[in-house]
Amino acid sequence: MSIDIKYVAKLARIALTDDEVVRFGEQLGNLLDHVNVLSELDTAAVPATAQVVESRNVEREDVPRDCLDREAVLSMAPQRQGAFFRVPRIIAEEG
Amino acid sequence: MANDTIRMTAAQIARAVNAGEMSASDATGAALAHIDEVDDRVGSFLTRLHDLARAQAKRVDDRVRAGERLPLAGVPVAVKDNMCLTGTRTTCGSKILENWISPYTATAVQRIIDAGGIPVGKANMDEFAMGSSCENSALGVTRNPYDLRRVPGGSSGGSAAAVAAYEAAIGLGSDTGGSIREPGAFCNIIGFKPTYGRVSRYGLIAFASSLDQIGPLTRTVEDAALAYEAIAGHDPMDSTSIDRPVEPVSHALREDLKGLRIGIVKEFVTEKLGEEIDALYQQAYDELRDLGAELVEVSLPTADYGLATYYLIAPAECSSNLARFDGVRYGLRVDGDDVGQMYERTRAAGFGQEVKRRILIGTYALSSGYYDAYYVKAQKARTMFANDFKRAFERCDLIASPAASSPAFEFNAKSDPYSMYMMDYYTIPMSLAGLPALSVPCGWVSGMPMGLQLAAPLFEEANLLSAAHAYEQGTKHAQKVPVAL
Repeated sequence: MSIDIKYVAKLARIALTDDEVVRFGEQLGNLLDHVNVLSELDTAAVPATAQVVESRNVEREDVPRDCLDREAVLSMAPQRQGAFFRVPRIIAEEG
Repeated sequence: MANDTIRMTAAQIARAVNAGEMSASDATGAALAHIDEVDDRVGSFLTRLHDLARAQAKRVDDRVRAGERLPLAGVPVAVKDNMCLTGTRTTCGSKILENWISPYTATAVQRIIDAGGIPVGKANMDEFAMGSSCENSALGVTRNPYDLRRVPGGSSGGSAAAVAAYEAAIGLGSDTGGSIREPGAFCNIIGFKPTYGRVSRYGLIAFASSLDQIGPLTRTVEDAALAYEAIAGHDPMDSTSIDRPVEPVSHALREDLKGLRIGIVKEFVTEKLGEEIDALYQQAYDELRDLGAELVEVSLPTADYGLATYYLIAPAECSSNLARFDGVRYGLRVDGDDVGQMYERTRAAGFGQEVKRRILIGTYALSSGYYDAYYVKAQKARTMFANDFKRAFERCDLIASPAASSPAFEFNAKSDPYSMYMMDYYTIPMSLAGLPALSVPCGWVSGMPMGLQLAAPLFEEANLLSAAHAYEQGTKHAQKVPVAL
């Protein structure tokens, strides 16, 4: 099986080298051949698993609790500006 | 003296420290000295925590002097490097988190500390817990203490090696498809994955959230029970953690298997693993019978579809979970002309080959047009696994099987990704069904240890550990010292 690896990498936000495009394309194709055995299973009457152990929705009182210190969190940022995370431009200039 | 101290089990250390016969500081000092002596060769740890460990040992000594009795008093613990511990580096074995410092502590780690345990280091692992040999770590090489030319297993390979090499009495690991049980088997120790949801995942960096579960690696079943009692139980910080009492088990471990029905899975044909391995597992099943168990044949008709099911669900969840590593808020950033290029370059530089492979397969399985054919189909297959086990457990109390398809292999022996994935053939079905399961040493093949996997119905950890204890005490396979030291 072959897949459009460049398109998938774009969705996954990973830049691939030319070598990786070839290698991953081949490896993922092989893996898909393996996982395609699932088509042999008759699952027409089987519900999809949502959870493996019984669990209920969890609620709590809507009151503020302690959270991580803002300075501690921002100190991890690759780049910050004051109280903000700084990133490269998001909207391209109109050319 | 120091040599005797490092050989002590967690139960023995806690007993001695609580009785005032030994201080937590002495137990910790012995472990730290031993780590300094052997870890350059074994490579269990990415970060050694000498200062933090000594400070924690002092606190434990103060608490014991003040009259407290702590179930893990002075016990050295190796923490897999995907669990947060405030102020320490938590890397997940990845370049993308190489210099990231945890701003908070995982619940399981905090509970170990509250119980008197001493974190002595952050243990190496396959990057983001994806792998079965620890070779996918971007940050270090961990070797099997029984043969330094071989891998320790994975992904919790550092935690397993640390325990096998007496650098710690307890290793905390995480298991998604076998990542505690397989390195446990490779390193001749106990690797125990509790029921999904038994142990809080708060502070465990996520791989596949519907499968991830924290559990202990130890040299004895009693120690696994002690560690389990310390870390299990409901945590409001993890809404999937189960609100159900944890049955105490460490003081009620059985010595035989009388009255237990143990299922042998018809589809798990051990002949295909080769004569020597087949003979070993037939012997292990005989030992179960000799200890009083009744062996019954059970069927898991879906067994051969486990890898396919797992290698859709786990990558799908990982592709979603790992989207957070984008260079914005923490970790590595590689700059680009715009934010999209920054994401793509950061993730290209920060993730290793296996992580990229899994993100890509997961992204594909979740993408428009393929979601039903792959992801939903796999979730339906997953239900079939749960139903298979339900039917099997109508005929038996526990299921016994191999823990891994082979003993620990040499480095670079598995160049094809799928041959590495095959290592988890026996552990994946239990993971898909959320069941508690463990690996207990059952003998040697080509001079390397092998593990017997025992699995129980949901929440029946007490029965599982108790039976494993009877097997361990009845066979004594575990009691062989690593030659590599």
